[in-house]
Amino acid sequence: MSTASSTASIAQIAPIDRASSPIPFRRLVRTELRKLTDTRAGRWLLATLLAATPIVAVVMVFSMATKDLNYAKFVDFTSTPEKILLPILGILTMTSEWSQRTGLVTFVLEPKRGRVLLAKVVAALALGVGLSAVMLVTSVVGNVLGMAVRGGKGSWGFAGQVSGEVTVVLISWLLLGIALGMALLVTAAAILVAFVVPNMFSAFFGSGSKSTTAWFDLNQAQSPLYSHDITGKGWIQLVVASALWIGVPMALGVMRVRRAEVK
Amino acid sequence: MNTSAAIKVADLRKDYRGTRAVDAISFDVPHGSITGFLGPNGAGKSTTLRMLVGLTAPTGGSATVLGRHYTELVNPGRRVGVLLDASAQHSGRTGLEVLRLGAMMMGLPDRRAEEMIEKVGLSAAESRRRTGTYSLGMRQRLGVAHALLGDPSVLILDEPANGLDPAGIHWMRTLLKEFADAGGSVLLSSHLLHEIEVVADELVVIGRGRIVARGAKNDLLAGSGVAVRSTDDEGLAAAMRAAGVPFTDHPDGGFTVSAAAEHIANIAAAAGITLRELRTADDGGLEQLFLRLTADDAREDVRS
Repeated sequence: MSTASSTASIAQIAPIDRASSPIPFRRLVRTELRKLTDTRAGRWLLATLLAATPIVAVVMVFSMATKDLNYAKFVDFTSTPEKILLPILGILTMTSEWSQRTGLVTFVLEPKRGRVLLAKVVAALALGVGLSAVMLVTSVVGNVLGMAVRGGKGSWGFAGQVSGEVTVVLISWLLLGIALGMALLVTAAAILVAFVVPNMFSAFFGSGSKSTTAWFDLNQAQSPLYSHDITGKGWIQLVVASALWIGVPMALGVMRVRRAEVK
Repeated sequence: MNTSAAIKVADLRKDYRGTRAVDAISFDVPHGSITGFLGPNGAGKSTTLRMLVGLTAPTGGSATVLGRHYTELVNPGRRVGVLLDASAQHSGRTGLEVLRLGAMMMGLPDRRAEEMIEKVGLSAAESRRRTGTYSLGMRQRLGVAHALLGDPSVLILDEPANGLDPAGIHWMRTLLKEFADAGGSVLLSSHLLHEIEVVADELVVIGRGRIVARGAKNDLLAGSGVAVRSTDDEGLAAAMRAAGVPFTDHPDGGFTVSAAAEHIANIAAAAGITLRELRTADDGGLEQLFLRLTADDAREDVRS
């Protein structure tokens, strides 16, 4: 540290345009996006998310029975690592402000905490949608490769429906992570709840009739999205279960963050 | 800015489950001044500063910065520089990145981050290291750089000298004086009494959530009296007693007298006594005041 050279007067530094307009929302979103990518942990998580789908696709191309090589299967398998990792992305977006105590800076620069939360949600969703797109493109490439290299069946059946449904699943797990991150503010606790509780729930109510448990069991409510036979009632059940698992913790989280003392 | 003070705290209170952490605190930070906010650990300094910038909701009272509640300021980073805890940085981010994020949020050009790195005496190489590897002194410099990013007119700093070496403390002092000379207003908390005594114009001293002293530093220190030594202390004591001047023995010899220096000089001259020393009693100065004021509230028994 050069202490001697550090006494330059403030006046010597180039004057800044003293704009007094509020921070535009898109600038908050850009800042939050950058925060997701400018730490080692964040970069590793994104690198893993990006690398996972090609790895899964390559493994499928070379090892799966040729009759099973079709677009829907590629989407099914390549989305699995995303489904595990996206909630973590959502959780870290929220909890790092508290675990690393950067909230002390963030909420001083933008005291309207609701805006910061919304910017975080938008930033995480943008990344989530982008990663889903990468996953879908990877599946297209995988299916084409499967046909070319292995002479796979390469069916494109239900391609549009499959793509849309898997995106809904991935985004809802990302939102679940965001919601739990906000509500719990502690990384470990949020990760535990995100992974253990929905599955415990499914285990507890697994013996119940699907048509009943799908109202409040998120896994059960999402299962027709995997089998591509969701009905109108199924969509309503999905909305209800999502409201319970995503909406409620998110509402609690928004209230908590807006009121909490930032230390 | 049509307010008389940069920061106004009025009757501010904070309760935590029945404990009153901050109890009806009121003080102003005048424009262009440095106000020292003093108190022992746990006195409520940090809670007060957090309430001032909207991170903690007060139980009662109000706090305004530049005439508004902090949370109502537009892009507050451009008006008020805040450093509450230098360690509250993401350990995986580089120092430069921390500043770039701040600059981005406030709508400042990237180069502002580099300028501030230079201004606080961090090297370019250091700025590219992750903050997890920083010493406390380096974090304080980074925190000050962050506070100065938006070219604010008010600084609110919680224990900024903590962890700085003597050269760093000198640097901080110079920086704050320049900031105030340029018209800026500073509220700075510390338990390092010497730091504040040198740099502050105004003082606010709190203990157990209450204000125990407040005012211009010179007024608060004036109560210390005058230190005097002579070649004939016994004769001087007799002369002062005869003149009705109250005094106490000083442990290092001589006396501490509650009277004007000129008056004592006249007494000594009339008695034909040669003075060896006559000066304002500044031994410990604020420290004595501080210890006296907070003795009842401090955790340790500091009464000497």
